[in-house]
Amino acid sequence: MTDHPTLAFEVNGEARECNASPEMRLLDCLRYDFGLTGSKEGCGEGECGACTVLLDGQPVLSCLVPVGQCAGRRVETVEAIAEKDPELVERMTETGGIQCGACTPGIVVTLYSLRQANPEASREEIRRALAGNLCRCTGYEGIFRALEDGHG
Amino acid sequence: MYRWGGCSKLAELTYIGTSPPRPDGPAKASGLSQYADDVAVAGLWFGETVRSPVAHGRLRSVGWRRAAPPGAVLVTAADLPGPNGVQLIDDGWPILAEGTVEHVGQAVALVAAPSRRAAVLAAAEVEVDIEELPPVFDLSEARRQPSLYELELGLGDPEAVLDQAETVVEGEYRTGHQEHIYIECQGMTARWHPSGPRVEVSGSMQCPYYVHKSMVHAFGLPEEAVRVRADAIGGGFGGKEDYPSLIAIHAALLARAVERPVRIVYDRQQDIIGTTKRHPATMRYRSAVDAEGRLLALDVLVELDGGAFTTLSKVVLSRALLHAAGPYRCPEVRVRGRVLRTHTAPNGAFRGFGAPQVAFGIERHMDAIGRRLGIDPLTLRQRNALVPGDRLPTGQIVDESTSALACLESVARRTDFVTRWTEYQAAQTETNGTPQRGLGLSLYFHGAGFTGNGERRMNSPASARLTPEGRIAVLSAMTDMGQGAVIVFRQIAGEAAGVTFDDLEFPEPDTNEVPNSGPTVASRTTMIVGQLVARAVREVSAQVADWWGEQQPAASPYTVKDGRVVGQDGRSTPFAAVARSYLEVHDALEVTVRHQPAPGPVFDETTYQGPAYPTYAWGADIAEVEVDPDTLAVRPLRMAVAAEVGRAIHPRLCIGQIEGGTLQAVGWGLLEEIKLDQGRYLNDRLATYIIPTAMDAPDLDVELLEAAFPDGPFGAKGIGELPMDGGAPAVVAAIENATGLVVDEIPATPERLFAAQMRERSDD
Ligand code: FES
Ligand code: FES
Repeated sequence: MTDHPTLAFEVNGEARECNASPEMRLLDCLRYDFGLTGSKEGCGEGECGACTVLLDGQPVLSCLVPVGQCAGRRVETVEAIAEKDPELVERMTETGGIQCGACTPGIVVTLYSLRQANPEASREEIRRALAGNLCRCTGYEGIFRALEDGHG
Repeated sequence: MYRWGGCSKLAELTYIGTSPPRPDGPAKASGLSQYADDVAVAGLWFGETVRSPVAHGRLRSVGWRRAAPPGAVLVTAADLPGPNGVQLIDDGWPILAEGTVEHVGQAVALVAAPSRRAAVLAAAEVEVDIEELPPVFDLSEARRQPSLYELELGLGDPEAVLDQAETVVEGEYRTGHQEHIYIECQGMTARWHPSGPRVEVSGSMQCPYYVHKSMVHAFGLPEEAVRVRADAIGGGFGGKEDYPSLIAIHAALLARAVERPVRIVYDRQQDIIGTTKRHPATMRYRSAVDAEGRLLALDVLVELDGGAFTTLSKVVLSRALLHAAGPYRCPEVRVRGRVLRTHTAPNGAFRGFGAPQVAFGIERHMDAIGRRLGIDPLTLRQRNALVPGDRLPTGQIVDESTSALACLESVARRTDFVTRWTEYQAAQTETNGTPQRGLGLSLYFHGAGFTGNGERRMNSPASARLTPEGRIAVLSAMTDMGQGAVIVFRQIAGEAAGVTFDDLEFPEPDTNEVPNSGPTVASRTTMIVGQLVARAVREVSAQVADWWGEQQPAASPYTVKDGRVVGQDGRSTPFAAVARSYLEVHDALEVTVRHQPAPGPVFDETTYQGPAYPTYAWGADIAEVEVDPDTLAVRPLRMAVAAEVGRAIHPRLCIGQIEGGTLQAVGWGLLEEIKLDQGRYLNDRLATYIIPTAMDAPDLDVELLEAAFPDGPFGAKGIGELPMDGGAPAVVAAIENATGLVVDEIPATPERLFAAQMRERSDD
């Protein structure tokens, strides 16, 4: 085993360190080193969005981000985002936006970020924001409703 | 948008027909639910699968290329402790290749190592020596080999009618492979306890007792030595019905070899290459019709590509044939079918289980009849649709809840179908470079529950028992792969027992804890097992109330309502308190009930006559699409769906099933295709196997219709698979309405539309 330099970054508001190879995927570091298994792997190549996290507030696909890119930066995962936005969690539960839940963490992160930027997003805007998050269960309608049903 | 057709005929109930939030929602949305690869296990090793790179060959040897990598362990067919077969219907599906390999991706060997990376590296160190043999891919070649299975059913003498008929319509229709693409790939963890011997597996699965049965068979262990638990399940759609048995045996073989817990989790590529898929189908329809388009006779031949091994193909074919004549009245019918064997991955269970294929066949054929006779799709279907009292090709008389006409009415009303369909048809020739629009209609039905005497044979139990806290624990083996059994069973149990959700407990599906109430498949969970749950909890609650009445005779008899035991004087005590008192004087209270088939005729499995299903759910779709005249790219704009579901226990989730299934069907109809070259996958990744995104999905407008099924819990029918049947024929019909291009093969990709355009031009 080679020794790697310690990488320091912030995860969900806490300072964390990791000694993995800088090429390790952020997703693996979160899941297997930090035990944050909320971020899921659906494809490992940037197609499904199940691994979406926020990096410095922007949604990124953690299966494509080498952990070395995160040094000194701020990572937020679904575990923290769900706590920050309980209303979104509640709406997703109530409108049928959740079935098996495998896509849900990534969708919660994406929708959280959309709501921050655009609280009254139209269906077209929701579709565009979700274009990188596959869901095989819901047909997306329930997910659209999670944002739309709240509009006055 | 969604709407609910309402249930004016049906009684108001406390929980049934309401949509409480699913209890697992917050944990799923917060990333806290534990799926197969999320569960932390101390000392865990990781397994990888070594797969055949060729479609057919003689397996000469398999072993380490050089010295074994330090710490890594290799398992081959030579290490199997018992029969080399996964026990499903039969055990013809090898656990590991032995003697020959029969498809690309077939598991040849397994390796385990202490880390994920080490396991991947070790798998690359395994050398597989195969002498290639000629493979069979083409169905015309497969026809010359013995079929995996053949079947025939029918009514009357269609040949005689076809011979005499003035109008005979013929057509051939084809559907392709479909991969499930549950977002969570297959994953399983096994533990082997050397003393005992006792093996435990847990992971992503629909049917813990299927896995249990196959483990008992493969390891030659007594039933009680095998424990199987389901973790949170990230989608199934049938793909976690058959395949988990194989991966569970694999993980257990490795755990046994290394004497440590071992986990196998597939990445997406392995999942696409290795696992079962929807059977591709070729269907030939020949019908005789009168001048009004009424079916006089129908002759159907269905051929399914079974892939290399049987898995569940027999029952898939049987369901396909039983649905092949569609929801239509026809006095003379013959349906024949066979499953052909090719050197591709075995095909297996996928939502709909053979019915979506034939729904595409019959619906395209109805459109061919309409085209021939100049009758619009709605009128033609209204003339032929089954009504209560009509006879199916099995001789089964369809029941009072037969709702084909009501479904047609619902979708036609909401889309102003005939007027707009006629306008679009007239506009087909005006291609001034702008996108063309079209509407397409499909009508379908789906037999709810197991085919034939499956339930009678399984005689499935479910139990309810009082816990020391005075709650009712509901024991069944049903899993929640997203469909919402977690909340639907609470509603059914709460309603039946008269208690609140707080008075109920639902132990996780674990073969040590729950009885074998059968697999979570075939749209049977709510309708069949839900009814068992209702009966069991009702009995527990009634026994508690009766006992309380004996203690307090003055206000007897007591009933249970809203979680309280209520006497004739109106005074009441919480159910939990009464239940605890009951347990102070009784040891326990546990009630087990078993499925009771409805009285009446029994399905005859040799003649295929009789009631093949206890009832049918009904549906109709109207799709509206836009086709780009230059690129022939198809955009589904919106769909109106009507689904008659018996009674919707949880309307929101019920609509969710319809919406999700409809989009899977649209994906299958327009986009999804496994491309093989010499049995090798050309698109084994999500970047190349395309499923619908939020940008591709049409707006879905679902209306639920209700017509109670008396033998289902509170009138509910099984509906999980119904929506898979209608989407593909509806979008393909809409393409025809927009462009005039007749496409009889799906997916209807731009390449296929282009080919149809070329054919049409050369015909002119
Ligand atoms: S796992 Fe990262 S996009 Fe699919
Ligand atoms: S809820 Fe299952 S994939 Fe979206």
